[in-house]
Amino acid sequence: MSATVVLFPGANRDRDMLAALRSVTGAMPRTVWHQDTKLPKSDFIVLPGGFSHGDYLRAGAIAARAPIMKAVAAAAKKGVPVLGICNGFQLLTEARLLPGALLRNAGLTFVCREVRLSIENTDNPFLHTYNQGEIIRCPVAHHDGNYFADEKTLKTLEGDGRVALRYTEGTNPNGSINDIAGILNERGNVLGMMPHFENLVEDAQGGTDGRRLFEAALDAVAAA
Amino acid sequence: MHPIDAQTASEDAASEHGLSAEEWQRILELTGRMPTFTELGIWSAMWNEHCSYKSSKKWLKTLPTEGSRVIHGPGENAGVVDIGDGDVVVFKMESHNHPSFIEPYQGAATGMGGILRDVFTMGARPVAAMNALRFGAPDHPKTRHLVSGVVSGIGGYANAFGVATVGGEVNFHPRYSGNILVNAFAAGIAKADAIYISKAEGVGLPVVYLGAKTGRDGVGGATMASAEFDDSIDEKRPTVQVGDPFTEKCLLEACLELMESGAVIAIQDMGAAGLTCSAVEMGARGDLGIELNLDSVPVREENMSAYEMMLSESQERMLMVLRPEMEEAAKAIFDKWALDFAIVGKTTDDLRFRVLHGEQEVANLPIKELGDEAPEYDRPWVEPGVASEMAPHLFPPPDDYNTALLKLISSPNLSSRRWVWEQYDTLIGGNSLQIPGADAGVVRVDGHPTKALAFSSDVTPRYVEADPFEGGKQAVAECYRNLIASGAEPLAATDNLNFGNPEKPDIMGQLVVSIRGIGEACEALSMPIVSGNVSLYNETNGEAILPTPTIGGVGLIDEHEKMARMDTAQSGDAIFLIGTEGTHLARSIYQMEILGEEAGPAPPVDLLTERYRGNFVLSAIRGGYASACHDISDGGLAIALAELCLASNIGAACDPAITYPHAALFGEDQSRYILTVPHEWASMFAGNCEGAAVFFEQIGTMGGSTLRIGELVDISLDELREAHEGWFPGFMTGQER
Repeated sequence: MSATVVLFPGANRDRDMLAALRSVTGAMPRTVWHQDTKLPKSDFIVLPGGFSHGDYLRAGAIAARAPIMKAVAAAAKKGVPVLGICNGFQLLTEARLLPGALLRNAGLTFVCREVRLSIENTDNPFLHTYNQGEIIRCPVAHHDGNYFADEKTLKTLEGDGRVALRYTEGTNPNGSINDIAGILNERGNVLGMMPHFENLVEDAQGGTDGRRLFEAALDAVAAA
Repeated sequence: MHPIDAQTASEDAASEHGLSAEEWQRILELTGRMPTFTELGIWSAMWNEHCSYKSSKKWLKTLPTEGSRVIHGPGENAGVVDIGDGDVVVFKMESHNHPSFIEPYQGAATGMGGILRDVFTMGARPVAAMNALRFGAPDHPKTRHLVSGVVSGIGGYANAFGVATVGGEVNFHPRYSGNILVNAFAAGIAKADAIYISKAEGVGLPVVYLGAKTGRDGVGGATMASAEFDDSIDEKRPTVQVGDPFTEKCLLEACLELMESGAVIAIQDMGAAGLTCSAVEMGARGDLGIELNLDSVPVREENMSAYEMMLSESQERMLMVLRPEMEEAAKAIFDKWALDFAIVGKTTDDLRFRVLHGEQEVANLPIKELGDEAPEYDRPWVEPGVASEMAPHLFPPPDDYNTALLKLISSPNLSSRRWVWEQYDTLIGGNSLQIPGADAGVVRVDGHPTKALAFSSDVTPRYVEADPFEGGKQAVAECYRNLIASGAEPLAATDNLNFGNPEKPDIMGQLVVSIRGIGEACEALSMPIVSGNVSLYNETNGEAILPTPTIGGVGLIDEHEKMARMDTAQSGDAIFLIGTEGTHLARSIYQMEILGEEAGPAPPVDLLTERYRGNFVLSAIRGGYASACHDISDGGLAIALAELCLASNIGAACDPAITYPHAALFGEDQSRYILTVPHEWASMFAGNCEGAAVFFEQIGTMGGSTLRIGELVDISLDELREAHEGWFPGFMTGQER
């Protein structure tokens, strides 16, 4: 598959993402710089975690206006799977590719810990390798992961089954509304999520609960 | 000329810069005329305690710094140690105590920034960080504010920069109420053949300024850090710098790309005393002069004087000597990362340090003398007195052992630090194998199938206070033990020596004698000191901190599948104590928390025993015997058992030999470990212990959901966990019990 990871200055889980993709696909994904305007041919686009531009404005706000984001939006419109994790999720909401916003954690501090997630939607290119309702472990690490959307949006998201991941067993680390950890766009090809699946793909990392996300992407691309 | 630069230097001005009358005379001689005001600033920056180590140098030279794996010892930005396969680990620990007390968030953040820069200046990508924090009494009105600010400052910088925080220490003691300690450690990995140092080479080559712009922040910071505090402390806030982790992250990537391109001849980060210190060091080490033209320095404020520019401690800046033919390519890299790149000077062959500003020469000083001729003092010191040994029967037993254990495990110094380390990104990089809460932090070596590095930061200041020699030894020994307990071979260490005013003979005695202890232990345990930092004048209104020589150790794990953890004990495993029954209660947490005293001698460390047991435990771990391992330190055997049970989430039933119950449970005798061994191998393992002539005792079995120790302790894990986890969050929300 040809996966492309978009690099922004200040992103710092790009290396983790590249390593996870390489571990699953066996090939080093391509990268594209934020100031570029064209994407290489991509079956899978990833916006990695970190602090793009220091998150000195709102998290992801400046990166969402980077030249490359027009190409990302165009690819998303064509149905190419686009995954945003952590800062990537924040960026997707700032770019209006996903609804809602990620506010400062309810506890006001950065939080890095393991949570439990329930897989809520498996009918998408990212999570079909998981079982509906399956509970998995996964770490989070963020300062602004408190998902919020207005009532109408929330109703649409819930009604259409677009909440892909939910914190469970009382492990919501940030105060996200409805325990939302990840959401899909209407078409189901853009997924934004806070948990770092890329940090749980090998036994040495304490488990492989995150690995199937990348295997799913590989499958989805192969099937396309 | 700027009005500041137009001021004249004088003995009074020198005194205000922290220079003594003798130092001023020497400066007049070396300058050969009355220095300009800028020159006075430069002299004071180079000759203050923080940059010159003038009080400690004589004693630091006695530390063992060499070893078969050591590539660069002290003197460079960080130590460099061979880890095989062409890779090296680059590491150092450094204090940011004074700024963190004045402005905790920015003080701690820029401490983190500074140590990360020390590591990547040498060409290494930072992979692990730790921080050793000492705060005042929990009930001191400033403590909570300082804890909150320092922790978020460290997290704010390290998390955004993108380095995993994998270990550290947090302690409380009233003696830090007026001077907290923030010691930051960073380690990076590089290729042995791609290490960069600060020694300039070649005449007439461009000196390039990289990174963030220069502002007025931090002017005089190094001088501030070389003085005691008094009640006017808040006036010093403008001397604290402001950190920008985003720029630092970009600077990291740009520097590594630049090094890869082959453009770099020498490189030095701008830390304390900024442009002055970095330029002088690059020139002096290469036996070259340096000429700087301040008109080319990127600035973020107008009308800065030469004095301010030379002493600014604005963060995220580097100075480099560039291969001239690579200028275009180098500039392109910095443009890509949106960082400043400016040629600000050149190397010369006249050994002068020349500074030009607005067409005028504002400084012209002998470059070697600025560094090399810095005064070195043999300050008077007295051999510290040491209390005589106190037998266990001199200490009252507790009324109830369950209550005592619960009190200890929920005490400020033994409770869980989860509140702290959950604010740090402990996982970034995807290589963290053990994170805070473990004996050592463990990080895989990226790109290597089996190798990992272990990191631990240790010192027990109350022991050093009681006996600087034994306390100094113990700091190294405990670090060694924590590395061993993770299954690592200890390789080398960095030291961060935090003390009071060295002009007082008793404080100087603590420094001298603890260095002696550290040196002996480093020698005996084959852990050379490869880098370090000294922070003196940690006093407020005449009261010094506890002497705190923090040791940051690095160990190598060849096969990380065989490392040991403390959260992997299984039900049914046999529990072994390696070492002897506890006897030493003086200076223990038991004495402090239950008896409300701090008196008597520190527990002695027998370095031969330490090494012998360490080797044995390491071979047991590597041989696959240990299902879990934990060292016995603060709080003694009972606390170690409780911590292991909580981490593994399994109870234990133990019946150790007990002579004096309180000493057996809470004594802090050294060189001891707990190992759990699968039941079926227990007798074979006991035979190994006997065969190796290692003191050991099979004390019990893992299982159930309570911790039972003889007839003395019987507590459910739930109750232990609530006590252990509860203190810190309760304290921070003001709900302290």
